Amino acid sequence: MNKIKIFLCFLCIGINAVAQQKPVAFKGALIYPINGAPIQNGILVVQNGVILSVGNDEKAIPANAEVILVNDKVIMPGLVDTHSHLGGPEGGDYSNPINPEARAMDAIDPTSDGFKKALAGGITTINVMPGSGHLMSGQTVYLKMRDGKIIEDLLFTNEKGVYGGLKMANGTNSMRSGSGFPGTRAKSASLVRELFLKAQAYKKKMDKAGKDSSKMPERDLAMEPLVEVLTGKRVVHFHTHKSNDILTVLRLSKEFGFKPVLHHLSEGWKVADEIAKAGLQASIIVIDAPGGKMEAINLTLETGAKLEKSGVPVAFHTDDGITDSRLFLRAAALSVRAGMSRDKALEGLTIVGAKMLDLSSKVGSLEKGKDADFIILSGDPFSVYTKVEQTWVEGSKKYDISNPADRAFLNGGYGVFSSDRGEFHHHGDEEEDAKAGN
Amino acid sequence: MKKSFLVLLISTFAPIYLLAQIAIKAEIVYPVSAAPIKDGVILIENGKIKSVGKAAEITIPSNYKIYESKTVTPGLIDARTLIGMSGVLNMPVDQDQLEKSNPIQPELRAIDAYNPEEALVKVAREYGITTIHTGHGIGALVSGQTMIAKTKKGTTDEVVVKPFSMLAMTIGHSVSEKFTSPGTKAKQISMIRSELLKAQVYMKKMLDKDSTKHPTFDLKMDALSKLLKGEVKALITANKAVDIMNSIRLSKEFGFKLVLDGAAEAYRLIDEIKKANAEVILHATMARNEDDMLNMTRESASILTKAGISVSIESGYEGYVPKTRIVLFEAALAAAYGLTFDEALKTITINPAKLLGVDSRIGSLEVGKDADMVLFNGDPFEYTTNVTNVLIDGVVVYDKIK
Repeated sequence: MNKIKIFLCFLCIGINAVAQQKPVAFKGALIYPINGAPIQNGILVVQNGVILSVGNDEKAIPANAEVILVNDKVIMPGLVDTHSHLGGPEGGDYSNPINPEARAMDAIDPTSDGFKKALAGGITTINVMPGSGHLMSGQTVYLKMRDGKIIEDLLFTNEKGVYGGLKMANGTNSMRSGSGFPGTRAKSASLVRELFLKAQAYKKKMDKAGKDSSKMPERDLAMEPLVEVLTGKRVVHFHTHKSNDILTVLRLSKEFGFKPVLHHLSEGWKVADEIAKAGLQASIIVIDAPGGKMEAINLTLETGAKLEKSGVPVAFHTDDGITDSRLFLRAAALSVRAGMSRDKALEGLTIVGAKMLDLSSKVGSLEKGKDADFIILSGDPFSVYTKVEQTWVEGSKKYDISNPADRAFLNGGYGVFSSDRGEFHHHGDEEEDAKAGN
Repeated sequence: MKKSFLVLLISTFAPIYLLAQIAIKAEIVYPVSAAPIKDGVILIENGKIKSVGKAAEITIPSNYKIYESKTVTPGLIDARTLIGMSGVLNMPVDQDQLEKSNPIQPELRAIDAYNPEEALVKVAREYGITTIHTGHGIGALVSGQTMIAKTKKGTTDEVVVKPFSMLAMTIGHSVSEKFTSPGTKAKQISMIRSELLKAQVYMKKMLDKDSTKHPTFDLKMDALSKLLKGEVKALITANKAVDIMNSIRLSKEFGFKLVLDGAAEAYRLIDEIKKANAEVILHATMARNEDDMLNMTRESASILTKAGISVSIESGYEGYVPKTRIVLFEAALAAAYGLTFDEALKTITINPAKLLGVDSRIGSLEVGKDADMVLFNGDPFEYTTNVTNVLIDGVVVYDKIK
């Protein structure tokens, strides 16, 4: 743990060294700061990896700034993908339906070319989740799309001091035969309730011990992240599709006092009011057509609009490789097609996702002091003809469409991507999954 | 029986189908066969297009029901899909696209399996896809036959346009995944060649003037004979360059008409494809770029079109979510990656109509053609534009307001 901290410090220095010491001003674009109204002819100034100012006042440009003209372009914050499988996080190993101790960070290849897709799509912050198929498949990891050779280069620690959540699932997804897996929905819920009761007891022992380490219960890798869930430090990211399964999550949330982020929500539109009443947030997937598995047969493009109408905070996710990171803006655009407001759709790509990951003090909007993560678009964010032209992460340009090597990752082509990116791990056996209704 | 049904049909549908004629008024009409028409009008009579032109030049008769929109295109055509064969549930009960008892089964007819009531047919219809080329799937050397159908409601017999369109074939590693043999590419090709050689012999014997010398009628041989005689085309799913070349070599050896399906690496073999006169249906590029489609590029349609190859775009097939792609969205992406708007619209209208041999009936807005069309409230390819109405054979089959 200490090692990681030391490394992170080293990393900060490293980034300052590569990012500009000199301020850079991007001038002339239509800026969507997200936390306020769009700014015509806007000016974004960044320095040392953070935002110095956002507005349209020429006086905000420091005398020594490099000025980059971006007339006719659109600038918005780097996108936040709340659910992805880039980098090969693998998943549970089916030895057991409950694996809170397994960490996605131990599996991911930080050099995977899958991450190039994220940059080409304008995504700068990602919650990489272990695959599903389990009640609890493991710990997720929050990554910033910096250059990285080792996973620590990419880790993005949040306001609560953790760099990941906990992945859970219910419904047909986690029902299968053998190895203690549940065969019914009631059994699924009872296994999870038993687990949380155990975690409550463990937490009680910890609380009782207080600062007296001799009275602390023995370390338990499975219990530790669950205690973090119970205290609100670690967020549960809950894969749940059908309306009855969503309501089961609401029940668990109420019983054990944790606030999960609800993921996918194919039938979220049926229980939008209930989700709103429970005060939970929705991270939704947008898919061209329903089906492919039992859980998704009632999926519709209208989910975002209906959740918005009920007052549920909505973010989008790619679930890459289910949908493609390069088409992330499209998820929001199709939701606008089906009735979501433009403002809420833009928020769903940025600040709402950042809040779900407890990272909104650093990313998700263009505000003074926040990380200089932003994208430059050729036009309206919701047009099919618009391209992400540049993606900047902490003040460094990580993707530029005018660079043929970067452009290749947008288009694809011969030999561009490697075959072992590991995005498809949890759908390795599609036919088996289909038979199981997953 | 048939007569009484017809009477019932007429008495049920007569008021809307035969009497209420329809006029479409649009800010832009895209006939595809001609330049876009600003402030255009289309008159529909008895299921066919009666006239297309400028509003100033066409008088709408007073008894016509008028539908207005920003834009109107011909009904869209999905050049290759499995909907109606591979159902929304993706469970064995609704999967009829691939029979795994034998890697070569040209005798399997699509019309015996197609389910016109499948949920995904409705999904396609509501995105303006009025005609689909569907049928047997990917993953067998010869998985079976394909068919062409309208996406309107009705029995298979009522919606079918062509009951036997092509023979669905696959070359590539997905075949070897599903059968114990063939296990290699060389074996795949040798098995197809052996079967086609048998069909050549069968066909020759069938031509004998002395009918007593004819072989016993054989469903498998009969279907392959139709391929060899050019009555149907071979629809070969081949994505990698090596598999595309194998398809071309086969077509040359046996003289059959070749349609390359998927064709992820076709952009690497432009000259070879042109020389072979092979037609091309490109797989949806929003598909996952894995396995044989690892090297696909979003610019394929543009590269091939610029090289003079007519391109059609298909929703194709993937084994997992989503259960179908939407060709409207796929053509839109092609328009964003190098195709002009007009070229992109052709990939899902007139190009597949020609490839499927049904361009006398569909694929463009021309007088006398089937009144299949799609009304939009904006640029048809924009993400935020909606389909407002869909017409098939002159009947409004989707109305967004309703």
